[in-house]
Amino acid sequence: MTPIVHVEKLSKTYSVTDREGGLKAALKNLVNRKKRDVKAVNEVSFDIDAGEIVGFLGPNGAGKTTTLKMLSGLLHPTAGVGQVLGFTPYKRERAYLSQMTLVMGQRNQLIWDIPATDSFDLNRVVYRLNLDDFKRTRDELVDLLELAPIITKPVRNLSLGERMKCEIAAALLHRPKVLFLDEPTLGLDVTSQRRIRAFIKDYNAKYGATVLLTSHYMADIEALCKRVIIIHHGKLIFDGELSKLAHQFSADKTISATLENPPENTDAFKVYGEVLGYEDGQIRLKIPKQNTSAMISKLLNEWSVLDVTIQEPPIEDVIEHIFASPKEAQS
Amino acid sequence: MINIYKVLIRNELLVELQYPLALAIWMLEKLLEPIIYLAVWTSVAVSQGGDVNGLTVADFAAYYIALLLVGHLTQNWHIWTIEWYVREGQLSKYLVRPMHPIHESITNDWIYKLMMMVVILPAMFLLAWLFSPSLQFDFGAVLRFIPAICLAGALGFLGGWVVGLSAFWTTRNGTLVQMYFLMMLFFSGRIAPLELLPDFMRQVAFILPFRWIISFPIEVLLGWIPQQEVMIGLGIQFGWVVALILLAMGIWQMSVRRYSAVGG
Repeated sequence: MTPIVHVEKLSKTYSVTDREGGLKAALKNLVNRKKRDVKAVNEVSFDIDAGEIVGFLGPNGAGKTTTLKMLSGLLHPTAGVGQVLGFTPYKRERAYLSQMTLVMGQRNQLIWDIPATDSFDLNRVVYRLNLDDFKRTRDELVDLLELAPIITKPVRNLSLGERMKCEIAAALLHRPKVLFLDEPTLGLDVTSQRRIRAFIKDYNAKYGATVLLTSHYMADIEALCKRVIIIHHGKLIFDGELSKLAHQFSADKTISATLENPPENTDAFKVYGEVLGYEDGQIRLKIPKQNTSAMISKLLNEWSVLDVTIQEPPIEDVIEHIFASPKEAQS
Repeated sequence: MINIYKVLIRNELLVELQYPLALAIWMLEKLLEPIIYLAVWTSVAVSQGGDVNGLTVADFAAYYIALLLVGHLTQNWHIWTIEWYVREGQLSKYLVRPMHPIHESITNDWIYKLMMMVVILPAMFLLAWLFSPSLQFDFGAVLRFIPAICLAGALGFLGGWVVGLSAFWTTRNGTLVQMYFLMMLFFSGRIAPLELLPDFMRQVAFILPFRWIISFPIEVLLGWIPQQEVMIGLGIQFGWVVALILLAMGIWQMSVRRYSAVGG
C-alpha cells in the first residue's frame, strides 16, 4: 500500500541571530551580527498509511509544528523529501490544498468580525464545493459539533472552545483526506476537549481520513492514537505503537502487591524500590526494569502476597522522562 | 472565480459595516490632506498676485478637489498589512487555502474605496462650493478619466503590494514603506502639481510610476492634457501595470520560499 504521507530525511534549518540582552548588545549586533544555523527538523523519516491517526509528540521546540508546516506546504524544506497524497506540499498545487487541512489551535482562520457561517460560505467557493454537498456536510458538522446556536454570532464574540469548534468545522467542510491538527484542544475545557476528540475519531472512522495530530494533552493521544511518533531536538526518536512506548523508554516498572499481613509502615519495603503508595494493605513500588523479576521473587518469598500486578508507568510519566533526557542519551 | 468574488465582496461589506464610526474617522483624515494643500497653495498664489507659474487659485482648487477623489481611489494600505501578516505569521491561514491571498486584498481594497465614495462625493461638492474651482464639465474628459483612474488604482495597489512584499526579507519594512510614500508625495503630484516642480524633478517624475498614479488621472479629469497625449499616458500606465504584475508575481514566488510561518 502506498503511504499517504511519506517523509524521508526531511530537514529544516533556520538561520537565527544570536545576541545577549540589553542595549549594548543590541548596538554591537548592528555591526557584528552573529548568525547560526538551527536544525529545527533533522533528517526525520516516517510513513503514514491511509486512515491512520498518528500522534506526533515532542516538547516545545522539538520540531513538530515545523514538520506539520512543511507537510502542509507553508514551509519549504531545507533538505529531504516530504510527500502527501503523492504531492510535494511546498508546490501548493490546488489539487493538494483541496484535499488537506491544517488546524492550528493558536491560529484563527475564521473572519473575526462576522459570523462563522459567512466564513463557511467563503470556503464553499474557495474549495469549489457543490452547493448540495456543502449544505449536507455543513449541516452534519453543525450537528456533530453542536454549532447551531453559535455560527450566527460574530466570531469575536465566541468563547475559545466555541471558536475552536467552528474552526474545525470550517477546516473540514471540504472533507479533506489528510488532517494536520496542531494542538486542536489547546486551552479548551475538559468537556470541549472530549467532544473534539470524539469528533476527530468519528470523522476518521466515517471518511477514512489520515490524521497527524500534535497535542500536549496525553488524553488526546491515548484516546485517538494507536501509533505515535516522537521527535526531540528535531530528531525522530520513536515511531511505533503507543503501548510499546513505555516498554522501550521506561526505566522502571510499577508493582502493586496486596499483602495478607500488612505491616504498620513501609520501612521494610524500601529494599525493593521506591515506595509509591501504601493503602489498605496494598503496596505500590517503583522498581528498576532490570530488577523486576528478582524483586518480585524476593517479595513473594518474604511476604504472604494475596495478589500482585506489574504495570508500565503512566504514559505521561514516560513522555516526561523522555523529554527530560539529554540530547546525547536519546541519540 | 466570479463565485469567489461574489462571496468575498459580501463578506467584506459585512465586515466594513461593523465599524461605520471608524470608517468615518478614517475618512476625516483623508479629507484633511487636500484641504491643507489647497489652503497653502491658495495663499501662495494670492501672495504672488493671483497665480503660481500660471496656475490660478481656481486651478489649485480644481486640482486638489480632484486629488481628493484620485488620492482616495489609488491609496494602498496593504503595504502595511503584508508586513503584519509576515511578522505575525498570519499569512499561514491564507497559504493553506487553494486561493491566492491577493484576491482578498483586492476585494478589501475596492469595497472600502467604493463605500467611502458616499463621503468623498459630498465632500467634493462641499469643497467646490467653498473654493470655486475652475471646473468645466467635459463628458469626453470624464470618459477618458475612467480608464486612467482604473489603471492608476491598479498601479497604486500593485506598487503597494510589491513594496509590501519586502517584509519577507526585512520582516519590518516600515522605513522602506515610508520612503515609498515620501517619493509618492513629491513625484506623484500630491504635494504640488508637477508643473511647479523644477525641470529635473519633473523629468524624474515622468520616469517613475508615481505620476501615473496621481497627477495623470487628475490632469485627464480636468482636461489639462490633450487627447492624443492621454492615449500615450494610458499606454504608459498599462505598461507599468503589466510590469508590476510580472514583478509582483516573481517576488511572490521568491517570497513564499522565504516565509518562515512564525508562531503556532
